[in-house]
Amino acid sequence: MSDRSALTVEAPGAGGVGASEPAIAIEALERRYGERLALSDVSLTLERGLTLGVLGSNGAGKSTLLRVLATLLRPHAGSVRVLGAALPAEADSVRARVGFLGHEPLLYRELSARENLRFQARLHGVAAARVGELLAAIGLERRASDPVRELSRGMAQRIGAARAVLHDPELLLLDEPRSGLDPAAWERLEPLIGRSSGRTRVLVTHDVEAALAECDAVLGLRAGRVEYLGPPDGERLRALFRA
Amino acid sequence: MTRAALAILGKDLRIELRTRESVPAMALFSVTVFVLFHYGLDRDSLDGAIAAGVLWVTLLLATVLGVSRLFVTEREQGGLDGLLLAPIDRTAVWVAKAAALLLYLLLLEVVAVPAFAVLLLGTDLLAVLPELVAVLVAADVGLAAVGALVAALAVETRARDLIVPLLLLPLVVPVIIAAAAATEPLLAPAQRPDELGRWLLFLGLYDVVFILVSVAVFDFLLED
Amino acid sequence: MFGKGFAPLSILTAVAVAAAAAMVFFYAPLDADQGFIQKIFYVHVPMAIVGLLGFVAGGIFGFQHLRSGDRAHDLRSYVAIHLSIVLAVGVLATGAIWAKASWGHWWVWSEPMLTSYLIIFLLYCCYQPLRFSIEDPDRQARAASVFAVTAGVFVPVNFMAVRAVESVTHPRVLSTAGSGMPAEMAVTFLVSLVAMALLFATLWKLELSGKQAAIELRRLRARLELDAERSEPLADARPAPGAAAVPAGQ
Repeated sequence: MSDRSALTVEAPGAGGVGASEPAIAIEALERRYGERLALSDVSLTLERGLTLGVLGSNGAGKSTLLRVLATLLRPHAGSVRVLGAALPAEADSVRARVGFLGHEPLLYRELSARENLRFQARLHGVAAARVGELLAAIGLERRASDPVRELSRGMAQRIGAARAVLHDPELLLLDEPRSGLDPAAWERLEPLIGRSSGRTRVLVTHDVEAALAECDAVLGLRAGRVEYLGPPDGERLRALFRA
Repeated sequence: MTRAALAILGKDLRIELRTRESVPAMALFSVTVFVLFHYGLDRDSLDGAIAAGVLWVTLLLATVLGVSRLFVTEREQGGLDGLLLAPIDRTAVWVAKAAALLLYLLLLEVVAVPAFAVLLLGTDLLAVLPELVAVLVAADVGLAAVGALVAALAVETRARDLIVPLLLLPLVVPVIIAAAAATEPLLAPAQRPDELGRWLLFLGLYDVVFILVSVAVFDFLLED
Repeated sequence: MFGKGFAPLSILTAVAVAAAAAMVFFYAPLDADQGFIQKIFYVHVPMAIVGLLGFVAGGIFGFQHLRSGDRAHDLRSYVAIHLSIVLAVGVLATGAIWAKASWGHWWVWSEPMLTSYLIIFLLYCCYQPLRFSIEDPDRQARAASVFAVTAGVFVPVNFMAVRAVESVTHPRVLSTAGSGMPAEMAVTFLVSLVAMALLFATLWKLELSGKQAAIELRRLRARLELDAERSEPLADARPAPGAAAVPAGQ
């Protein structure tokens, strides 16, 4: 009994400037793990330019959902369209336009920040000059030639964020991006992956307050099913997801 | 795809150059095994079939080491995701890994074969060097192709260090059959390349077959 | 219950096996050189041939699974390989017995079929450990299919390699088949081969339906558990009026 119009999250007054297709359109998504259902009957629509927060306890399916959107996992049932492309059929075209920042920064520890970003740039067909720009933006030019294993976790996370936006993606998928970052570090990253970046974002988090502060809409998952989907309603969400 | 394969290959070579783990270990291992064979066989010098056998068994066992480590940089910190998220043809990963393994094997042989000549071989290596190199290269290509496939298969298993040797060694039995048969007359006192062409052809066939198989199935291995 | 055609298939198999046994013991002539023990050839070689075909079939099913993602193909592949491994053990055992009786050694390196089988057996011994060392069922099936395809291609390549290098010093009955096996032996051999193939097919169908039933049972159980979970009331949920659409546990 999913009322689709109530599940569509739109910015007030956004008349769909330019892109008419929503950033994300999911219908009855199912993803199994063996016989267990990691995600079951998940439906939502997210218009461009907005931020969707995903709340839920451990094992609720948040990371699974993110990985499906990132094309790392294929849907077992239902339909998933990301930036107008159907998954898994058109996954290739999606990868170039989506940025993913998980718990791990996905860096090679023996290579330096610059080398890691240059490698990613080559994979994505992005000009090398952009690497320099990003290193400056995250404030790591001075340590750009040190191997990643010599850097702190916070620095690695910053490089990971740079890697996620290296190819200027339209959609950002972020899994607890603030973990391991002090407020100063987060301030540097904010224009890249925060609200002011202007990108469409899906933000997985444990933190109800952060979700309320940053998101245009919130999806709450429990045991793989949608328990809440709508605007950030502080009272309800705190009741549902108080740790 | 070439761009992606070259990028991944370059990344792997750069890391190997810096850590210097795989190739030196394979070389050291080979020389140690030669010493073991000396004591195990109680022979000072070998020729013909025994020499070919010792050389090839040693090289194959060293290959197992190389294959086990092929995806080590990706295994750390979920680095495979980084490759999977990129808009690249996933077969490029196989191409890069197989090319890297081929390079490691060739480098290994630059050390191991002279060591073998010095420690154990009773006949003159230089006289048959071109033919021996041909056999080595033909065999290495097949080993690299199958090795990269097995390495990818083993990435996700719990018993990785067991699965690699148990899976790889039977699969490369045809390689040792052909390579040893081709090498035996080269290392015999008479040093005549008997039927070299036939065995090289067989190795070439094996290479082609398993390159095709790897390319056909590799994509499916990485997807989820 | 066992799929269509199982009853006639098993009856046909029983008939064929009985016929083959009768022919082996009463119809086929006694071999001049090797005596009675030579009759083990009628089990050994059909086992080897059917086993080889079984491994290749496992590879084909594996490839179909990779292409379609349908786990039914993976199941077929698994059963085919499983049965062929059993046959491989039989080949090695009957081969050893035959070798000991004919040539005095439990093992001979000059028989390409036998040595090929040793290598193939060693390879396929990894199949189940490989499967069970991967926990995610989808990944497990995919890795197993890749293995099945690679190993299935390997089987003929390996056989060619071994044949190419082993010098044929002992008379192999298979080669004498082309160069003048008496008609009675040839017919008996063919009947034995057909019987072995039918036996394989019957056992394959049997094991397949057994496994399918077990999977169906697990699936139903999992659904029951899920339904039980869902009907428990959620701890904090109190439907507030005017809240955004929340799909209640339907």
